[in-house]
Amino acid sequence: MAAVTTGDDRSGYDLTRETWRSILTGMDFDRQWKRILHDGVYEGARGKSLQVEIQSGNLTTVLDKKPFPTDAATLNSMEIVYQVSNSVYDGRFANNGWLQELPDPVTKLTWDNAVVMSHRTAQELGVKNEDLVTLQHQGRTLRLPVWILPGQADYSVAVELGYGRDAVGRIGNGVGANLYAIRRSTAPGFDIGASIRPTGETYPLACTQDHHGLDVEKLARESIRDRLPIIIREATLEEYRENGEFVHEIVESPPKVSMWKEIKYDERPQWGMTIDLNVCTGCNACTIACQSENNIPVVGKEEVRLGREMHWMRLDRYYSGDPDDPEMVHQPISCQQCEMAPCEQVCPVAATTHTEDGLNGMTYNRCIGTRYCANNCPYKVRRFNFYNYAKGWPEIVQMARNPDVTVRFRGVMEKCTYCVQRIALAKIAAKKENREIRDGEVVSACQQTCPTDAIVFGDILDPNSKIFKVKQQNRKYELLEELNIRPRTSFLAKLRNPNPALSKRQNPKD
Amino acid sequence: MSKIVEMTGDTKPVAIPEKQPLILGNQTFKSVTDKISGIVEGKTPKEWYLAFAVAFFGLLLLLGSIGFLVWDGVGIWGLNNPVGWGWAIVNFVFWVGIGHAGTLISAILFLFRQKWRTSINRFAEAMTIFAVICALLFPGIHIGRIWLLYYFFPVPNQMGVWPNFRSPLLWDFFAVGTYFTVSLLFWYTGMIPDLATFRDRAKTRIRKIIFGIMSLGWRGGNRQWQHYELAYLVLAGLSTPLVLSVHSVVSTDFATSLVPGWHSTIFPPYFVSGAIFSGFAMVMTLAIIARRFYGLEHFITHQHLDKMAKVMLLTGSIVGYSYATEFFIAWYSGSEYESFTFINRAFGPYAWAYWIMITCNVVVPQFFWSGKLRNNIAFLFVASILVNVGMWFERFVIVVTSLSRDYLPSSWDYYSPTLWDIMTFIGSFGLFFTFFLLFLRFLPMISMSEIKGILPQANPHHKDSHE
Repeated sequence: MAAVTTGDDRSGYDLTRETWRSILTGMDFDRQWKRILHDGVYEGARGKSLQVEIQSGNLTTVLDKKPFPTDAATLNSMEIVYQVSNSVYDGRFANNGWLQELPDPVTKLTWDNAVVMSHRTAQELGVKNEDLVTLQHQGRTLRLPVWILPGQADYSVAVELGYGRDAVGRIGNGVGANLYAIRRSTAPGFDIGASIRPTGETYPLACTQDHHGLDVEKLARESIRDRLPIIIREATLEEYRENGEFVHEIVESPPKVSMWKEIKYDERPQWGMTIDLNVCTGCNACTIACQSENNIPVVGKEEVRLGREMHWMRLDRYYSGDPDDPEMVHQPISCQQCEMAPCEQVCPVAATTHTEDGLNGMTYNRCIGTRYCANNCPYKVRRFNFYNYAKGWPEIVQMARNPDVTVRFRGVMEKCTYCVQRIALAKIAAKKENREIRDGEVVSACQQTCPTDAIVFGDILDPNSKIFKVKQQNRKYELLEELNIRPRTSFLAKLRNPNPALSKRQNPKD
Repeated sequence: MSKIVEMTGDTKPVAIPEKQPLILGNQTFKSVTDKISGIVEGKTPKEWYLAFAVAFFGLLLLLGSIGFLVWDGVGIWGLNNPVGWGWAIVNFVFWVGIGHAGTLISAILFLFRQKWRTSINRFAEAMTIFAVICALLFPGIHIGRIWLLYYFFPVPNQMGVWPNFRSPLLWDFFAVGTYFTVSLLFWYTGMIPDLATFRDRAKTRIRKIIFGIMSLGWRGGNRQWQHYELAYLVLAGLSTPLVLSVHSVVSTDFATSLVPGWHSTIFPPYFVSGAIFSGFAMVMTLAIIARRFYGLEHFITHQHLDKMAKVMLLTGSIVGYSYATEFFIAWYSGSEYESFTFINRAFGPYAWAYWIMITCNVVVPQFFWSGKLRNNIAFLFVASILVNVGMWFERFVIVVTSLSRDYLPSSWDYYSPTLWDIMTFIGSFGLFFTFFLLFLRFLPMISMSEIKGILPQANPHHKDSHE
């Protein structure tokens, strides 16, 4: 084209270089050119940061003009709150299978957006989870399924943007409903005057936790309430100051004695992990990091609905307290690498066995898929390939796989390995240099990605390692340790420091 | 030991006062032979063809379902993450359970000299073998990679890997395999004198050859009888512990795990009594149909049905007691997980299954206290079917409810079967009845030689009639 229009018949490569010659004015053009191609970024193009300051006077003037609707929300004129999606953002990631299948940190929904409302609102509308409703706002309508969320304000519905795209690609086309269609440019954040009518139809939603939403009956709710203090141990700062050992006083168990001679894991390295619930924000980054590192397949909405999501690292979300104004906690769970692993005992073909460095190893070649190990796992972290999920991966997806990790075939069980491939690489490097593996040399994918450094990983026998020190903290506990399975992953209890002026929790022990 | 000799001629029955004869209708040795052999030698009844067509259709359904399963993967079933075992394992335990009655009747009752067993032992044993075939099918097909099933076998291999002997699933494989082998031998050994009778009566060449080979040169001589009866006794002795061990080992699949609702020490006796309970129910169902259809009311009498009903009353009550014990222990353990599992069974999302189980397994057998009802064939027939419905649900309740809600509530999920689960289960009945109908048609369904042994003529001196 250039040759026709300009008579210049040089190749595109040369033309591009020509352009860059004027930008890269340094000494050695070729060297700089190669550098930016390698890095994928040109440092010189970095934008300048703005200097901003708040003029509070102007702010008051704006607020005085009442830019937001201030009428009280009612059943017939509800508040509608637009949020960018936690996974596909404003829709720009809608064609990303990992993100579509990533459960929302709060609702735990995948592959869809829903109109989220409080229990009371739903009751008054006469709708329940997965009922399809017509959302009407400013004369425009949209059909969406209902999802009930504890803690959502009454007569206020929350909806996620970024769904309902129809020309984004193979994955994202037609997923969810497009909320941009009813959003007004004058009220982009939230608005009032929305109304909802039930259609009498239902729409299936794929949720990875409480598959029946809040319809979990009283029996189950009570049991969850009783278990929660054991599963997620937490205290207020004051309580912790009074009794630093509180985590160890929560569970009573009979003496933990083995029926057989136990294997001693006393040769270094012995791998272990801690997850600090205090700093975990439930952002889901670990889940995606793990999925990317370990070639975990995306299984699609139907399979998630059947309860077959494959995430090795999941985030459990629990509510506590008043259902209308609950507290919420997150707990990242992956294989806890038990020393006395119940899964290993029951595998008839010895496909899951313990390694010398304390990993609960999985031999995919040997696995015949009895699923006995998954049944006997108290954390339910094992994932089964019910179908050949790798079938039909486009070439580009195949090329994006991690070459250090096996792609699993159907009929095989899989689970978190503590990123064994990274351990192996570090081992090889250490051996070549004839030294021990250094602390911090092996970083698991979840640990690497955690923005709050909640995850620490390393050799628990190395007294100078970070993991060793973290495990000395008195907030440390092991989940379901009363089963005498000796998990290698520990949690650090959550501490809350509620502002007495804001918190109605006067005595959190109740 | 009673002397069972092939007698010829019409020996007139000697009038011996007995409480209640086991075989009615003043049978002679000849009439017994004629009656039982006649069933096999006569023309095939039309109804048999009809029944066989239905059963065979079921078998095709099974083969089709298995074919698609191998093609597509276990995902075609309703399994999900917490519930890794569903109908396939439920069916496995169900069929193994049914397979218990045969050997119990033939071995344990033989050792206890319970003469009434002779009328029902043959087809109860056949039922056992076919039920165990159905049972063995399920653990085979439920695994993810069926083509690697041989990893189970403890044979030296190029990988240098042995199976994991700590796994109850492996014990299962040995226990059920052994049980099948011994039951098959026992069944066949017991059949040899009858097969020889068939051979001797055969009119066509093909029959002569087939039954000639199958009867292993049996001539009915004194020496042969002596060896035979010793062998039979030894096999009975070998089978007896197996009756108790098979389901005990099957129960360890659950009992040795740490899943609340599975992890329980009462499982072995509880499973064995449940198995005998369901096995007798199945024998009863089949016996009622067979005696009606082939006119065997003189051989399988009310007395037999009455005794089977009593065994069911006993085992059913043990099962009911076990349910109560489980509940008590769950509460007594003080474990939150354990007590929740049981309350959840009775009042959670699977309560419907639980109450079907309680009604069929605990309430129904209690009617057997009434002698009148034990004599009512229609009632016995319906009750025996209900008991098996209940026993299927018992396994469903144990397997599924425990898995669906275990330790961490975040993983709880509901399990429902798919069409493929249902077709595979129905298909397994097709397999069972195809075999069973072939057995009824071509093999002696009642042990002629043993029946003769308990006729009054076999014991003319009436010396040891009270043994």
